[in-house]
Amino acid sequence: MNELSLHILDICQNSIKANASLIQIIITEDTIKNTYIIEIHDNGFGMNEKTLSEVADPFFTTRTTRSVGMGVSLFKMAAEMAGGTFNITSKVNQGTSVIAQFEHNHIDRAPLGSIEDTLAILLMNEAAIDIYYKHICNHKEYVLDTREIKNVLNGIPLADYDVIMWVKNNIKEGITTIHKEEAR
Amino acid sequence: MKSLDDLKKIRDAAQRKVTMRGKNEGTRILVGMATCGISAGARPVMNKLVEDIAEKDIPNVTVTPVGCIGECAIEPIVEVLEGEKRTTYCRVDVDVAERIINEHIIGGKVVQDNLIGKYRL
Ligand code: FES
Repeated sequence: MNELSLHILDICQNSIKANASLIQIIITEDTIKNTYIIEIHDNGFGMNEKTLSEVADPFFTTRTTRSVGMGVSLFKMAAEMAGGTFNITSKVNQGTSVIAQFEHNHIDRAPLGSIEDTLAILLMNEAAIDIYYKHICNHKEYVLDTREIKNVLNGIPLADYDVIMWVKNNIKEGITTIHKEEAR
Repeated sequence: MKSLDDLKKIRDAAQRKVTMRGKNEGTRILVGMATCGISAGARPVMNKLVEDIAEKDIPNVTVTPVGCIGECAIEPIVEVLEGEKRTTYCRVDVDVAERIINEHIIGGKVVQDNLIGKYRL
């Protein structure tokens, strides 16, 4: 996976499998501290300590949990390869949090890639979930909250193609704008 | 904000459509989106399917990401469900996704080259 947004998609698909109704994705770029932090919090059914301790192990291959273990260990590896750290915490019936920190300008830090495609796919899932996405670049921030979008939509499904296209454009423009404003 | 106005326009247009897409009516396209599928390139494939359907304004087709399909080695996997009929494609890339839309969904002809039987012998 050569885009961070693919790891985010993978982790969020786990959240959906864990019956989460809300997923929060927070990206914090700090070019002064040279950090790039990705946080994913869900309110799904979580994991007990045993599963949690096994989940980042790439050789943890019980068939039923395998797909979870594999993706988490790939994300962890991506962070550690880019001079960063990785942390996953979970509480049964409360949810799971993943925090991956990268060195912003590390040569092995993958680009974010197309985060709008990741969010579009999450919105097309059959399970009804809400996504809160916040992207911070130094002092500027962009927020997309599907709960607000649903208010405007008034019953029209988020997975409606025109809505998906609107969401994708909104994210793309939003992130480009905060980067541009920061660069000024 | 201009884009919120756009969203409202989309909403109003959708409300005017009399037939809303039901979950199980029409054609369903499922895309394997477990770790293996994502690594194999399922995201651009799904993206392409959605964009083609939107662009060509094809009615009654839904695209849904699903979890593990059980065949990591031949991901990305795309399944087309039409009533009782199930067609499973594997090793789908963006070009094959486009063929699925044009030849299968629009043309009604299965894309033989990527049928699962070819790979799982
Ligand atoms: S984990 Fe690959 S198809 Fe299930």
